[in-house]
Amino acid sequence: MGNGTRLGRVRGLGSARSGTHHWISQRVTAVGNLLLVTWFVLSLAMLPAYDHAAITGWLSQPIVAVPMLLIIVNTFYHMRLGLQVMVEDYVHDEGLKFATLILITFFVVGCAAVSLFSVAKIAFAGGAL
Amino acid sequence: MAQSGRRPLSPHLTIWKWGPHMLLSILHRVTGNGMAILGGLGFTWWLFAAASGPMAYANFQYYVWQAEAGDLLGLAANVISRIVLIGLSWAFFQHMLSGLRHLVMDMGAGYELQANKRWSMVILTSSIVLTVLFWAWIFAGRGL
Repeated sequence: MGNGTRLGRVRGLGSARSGTHHWISQRVTAVGNLLLVTWFVLSLAMLPAYDHAAITGWLSQPIVAVPMLLIIVNTFYHMRLGLQVMVEDYVHDEGLKFATLILITFFVVGCAAVSLFSVAKIAFAGGAL
Repeated sequence: MAQSGRRPLSPHLTIWKWGPHMLLSILHRVTGNGMAILGGLGFTWWLFAAASGPMAYANFQYYVWQAEAGDLLGLAANVISRIVLIGLSWAFFQHMLSGLRHLVMDMGAGYELQANKRWSMVILTSSIVLTVLFWAWIFAGRGL
């Protein structure tokens, strides 16, 4: 097994052409999720109702909207990392793997964009939609 | 990975004696990817519906939770989405707890056979208990 180029070794990159960034990012976002999603699940459980007025009223508060924006960035990044591992483990054809990785990236970024915009719209409208 | 014909594969799920740690490992992957796909879509639909106004949100609620008595298609959608929702809540508790186990194992702890088996069983049981408590709380509080 090669040890990569000298520059690669300085950067902590081996013959795999990438270092521990993916692994570290997965752990950091995991700890973020632990705090944020636990808050989200508990908050949902504490809501008095789930109709439109209750949900938008809840989301329009800054103390809710800001953690929601953080959740969207953090969880969708974590999802991207996890889906990538699944694809790399089970899709062996190089072309199909490439296409699937692009697909999951578009899926995750697209969902994150829609979610971010939705929370921002509700928050800036002050819950009056 | 270089493709060099049919190379021998290591023995996989079919040959090892099953233990709780194996189930936990597979469930971590299944719950993670399940939440990423179904949870990601559902979460986005929920927020998009809320941002689109009361009509869109009522439509979301209609198909996800409470369709009219005569609407068979709507009721079928309710059954599926309720199973998905309960499944997602269990997936969250399961993935969170086994994720915590991974963080502990990243520190090099918890590899002793008995401890590993015991914590795996604790996690498998706890995720089910937490799911039941969560939904009992939701249903009891609101009479849904």
